[in-house]
Amino acid sequence: MIFAIEVAIGGLLVGVMYSLVALGFVLIYKSSGVFNFAQGDMTLFAALALVGFLTLLPLWLAILAGLVIMIALAIAIEAVVLRPLVARPPLALFMATIGLGFLLQGIGQGIWGTDPKGLDIGISDIPFKAWGLLISQFDLVGGALAGGLVFALVWFFQKSRTGRALRAVSDDHEAALSVGIPLRRAWAISWAIAGLVALVAGIMWGSRLGVQFSLSLIALKALPILILGGIDSIPGAIIAGLIVGASENLAEVFLGPYVGGGIQTFFPYLLALVVLWFKPYGMFGREIIERV
Amino acid sequence: MSEENGGQPILRVEDIHITFGILKALNGVSLEIHKGEILAIIGPNGAGKTSLVNVINGVYHPSQGHIFFEDKDLTIMPHHHIAALGIARTFQNVALFKGMTVLDNIMVGRNLKMRSNFFSQGIYWGFAQKEEIRHREAVERVIDWLEIEHIRKTPAGMLPYGLQKRVELGRALAAEPKLLLLDEPMAGMNLEEKEDIARFILDANEELGTTIALIEHDMGVVMDISDRVVVLDFGDKIGQGTPEEIRNNEKVIKAYLGTTAQK
Repeated sequence: MIFAIEVAIGGLLVGVMYSLVALGFVLIYKSSGVFNFAQGDMTLFAALALVGFLTLLPLWLAILAGLVIMIALAIAIEAVVLRPLVARPPLALFMATIGLGFLLQGIGQGIWGTDPKGLDIGISDIPFKAWGLLISQFDLVGGALAGGLVFALVWFFQKSRTGRALRAVSDDHEAALSVGIPLRRAWAISWAIAGLVALVAGIMWGSRLGVQFSLSLIALKALPILILGGIDSIPGAIIAGLIVGASENLAEVFLGPYVGGGIQTFFPYLLALVVLWFKPYGMFGREIIERV
Repeated sequence: MSEENGGQPILRVEDIHITFGILKALNGVSLEIHKGEILAIIGPNGAGKTSLVNVINGVYHPSQGHIFFEDKDLTIMPHHHIAALGIARTFQNVALFKGMTVLDNIMVGRNLKMRSNFFSQGIYWGFAQKEEIRHREAVERVIDWLEIEHIRKTPAGMLPYGLQKRVELGRALAAEPKLLLLDEPMAGMNLEEKEDIARFILDANEELGTTIALIEHDMGVVMDISDRVVVLDFGDKIGQGTPEEIRNNEKVIKAYLGTTAQK
């Protein structure tokens, strides 16, 4: 039993970090109605930049520099990718983000190289015992950090003036303009926030898995979470992240041995499929109501 | 309105042309909106009424001609800057933020009145909070005034059509605009709803001093509440004057009210 709880806790903590990746998608979708295919590559790009800066700067300055880079990137994306596509169908924007993903991957690896790099942010990965349970210190810090960021973002979107304006933009561009919300700035802000999320995810996942191309595949973990939680729901991303984290861990440990293991990678998709049958907008997604 | 306010223009539209492909939506239209009045813009379908509102509001830019609002040239100004000058509008096919609550919708309308931004919110959160409370009070006044207290927390997309139109009016009024453009505020409403909206429009004009330009098809309402009427037909202005003058204008009768009215 203790072991099962340990497995579940480990899964939950990893799940929070999954949520973090999924959150990047949700933020962009909420503010511009676009599924941002480049989110994984933004994570890779942020991690690569951070590792690059770490060779020159102390950790906190490197993180700051990484943040500046991600904000600059957001502004550039708005100007170069989004602005020419205003009022085009969402599919065009989606395609543009695929291109953007390749571009970021290429530029990132072009500047900082393709060889796998370690990223040490000084959190030890030695598990400790609490109430008789073995808990990974690293996962705990990662979970806490991700959880804090998630709460800050929920507050920002629901309560602050800028968050309200971003939600308005995602709902209706023309109406948002007519009440004086500048679309461009709203987009730049939401991409900057997605960049910040990518940076945090890049730090946490980069220091756990190493910084290399495969880091961008972390985005694949976010897909079942988005389906489970609903692509436009921040709380949905968190809860679905926890569910995915815990269930894939439990499935791997307890079901894995019967089918020869390796369940972890596809179990979340199976779960997402089942949810799709019953709740096509996800558990917390906004059901689209149309009057006909 | 009986008192003559000397025709002091708040907005001047000068010789506006708009073309979509080969279609001439507006063909050299000029008009003035006077401070404090209710101006009705009428005309058959496709006359260019909505195009006119869209060009004033900055959705379209004219291919020729100029628009001045309080002597500032709006002609090529970006959409959201025009809102900041004090021009608010509603849309023919209700454009509310459907996933947001009524309260949030109207708060967004208040957006321009708020000063704190992303960064000042981060730096001095107390100021932003005080401001939020102050604006929330203003928004609550709008909500009370439009008698929509009971749906404050309802997502706008779930409301019946008539109420959506009312919320949209509230969002526009929350910005305390100098000029309010209403694109068919009563379309699709029943008589009772129409009377409510007409009352709100008159109140906004008289109590808040908002200048209003509205597009409307219901002639009864137009003749009742407007101070002046402008008539468009196929992108041309074919008449303007008091409701009484419009009723007796031969050209308007022929083009718009139909031959039956001619007798």
